[in-house]
Amino acid sequence: MGEFNKFFVEGLACLGAGIGMIAGMGPGIGQGYAAGQGCAAVGRNPGAKGSVMTTMLLGQAVAETTGLYSLVVAIILIFANPYTK
Amino acid sequence: MEQGLDLGINGYASFELFGKTFWLTNTHISVIIVVLVITILAIIANRIIRKADPSKEPGKALNVIELVVDAIDSITRSNMGDKHFRGFCNYIGTLMIFLVLSNTVGIFGLRPPTADYGITFGLAIITFFLIHINGFRYQKMKHLTDLFHPIPLTPINIIGEVATPISMSLRLFGNILSGTIIMALIYGLLPKFLLLFWPGVLHIYFDLFSGAIQAFVFSMLTMVFIAKNFED
Repeated sequence: MGEFNKFFVEGLACLGAGIGMIAGMGPGIGQGYAAGQGCAAVGRNPGAKGSVMTTMLLGQAVAETTGLYSLVVAIILIFANPYTK
Repeated sequence: MEQGLDLGINGYASFELFGKTFWLTNTHISVIIVVLVITILAIIANRIIRKADPSKEPGKALNVIELVVDAIDSITRSNMGDKHFRGFCNYIGTLMIFLVLSNTVGIFGLRPPTADYGITFGLAIITFFLIHINGFRYQKMKHLTDLFHPIPLTPINIIGEVATPISMSLRLFGNILSGTIIMALIYGLLPKFLLLFWPGVLHIYFDLFSGAIQAFVFSMLTMVFIAKNFED
């Protein structure tokens, strides 16, 4: 691989990592919606605060997974780029 | 990269085994330290419990031990039911203590062991085998035939079963690794006078809060997936 191509691939990989992290928007919206619904549930029934909190955190952690996939892809593109080997 | 920007896994010593080179990395060192701390705490707890006198009121240390065991028992009981939780609360307790310690070990300047994909994938594989062994034990062959339940959806069901350990391990790995990378960037790029107080605030979020939440979520998901097999 030529010198120019190597730098070109590295630069575009960093650009791709940045664009890929746009996927962080989805989990943000989902977690915010879950937190809002959790607030509404606690307001309606303050006695169930503990179980609402547990369920909300569990659901938010599961909703976060898609964002973390994009994070892993971005980290691989930057630190362990398979195209520049 | 000069001023302590430490993102990756560093090898300290290498040795040859079966014609391959193996490295002793900082993940191994963190794991060994965490396991040693857990072992020492367990030995101390064992001494305290053995010396305890049931006719007197418990001391301070014994109260803390009872609190931890009671919390783990009640969380397992509420997720797995009164009938089955006895067999699992030991494993769930071990998992929780190991994960809480190894996620929050970054606060002492070590690299968290769970920021290495090998460890989280190993834990997720244990969960995968627990799910399916208990599935065959409690549901017999129905556990296998459930895969083909609507015949056209068979490939999706199989992918769903295989995706469980991958998503669980990547969730833990990604959370802890992102915290580690952000902390390394902060330490490497901020000016010296800001380093006196600002990383401490971020350590509370990225190491303590996020680590405890992820340890809780991992053991919670393990319990939920195993307990799915109990209902008939």
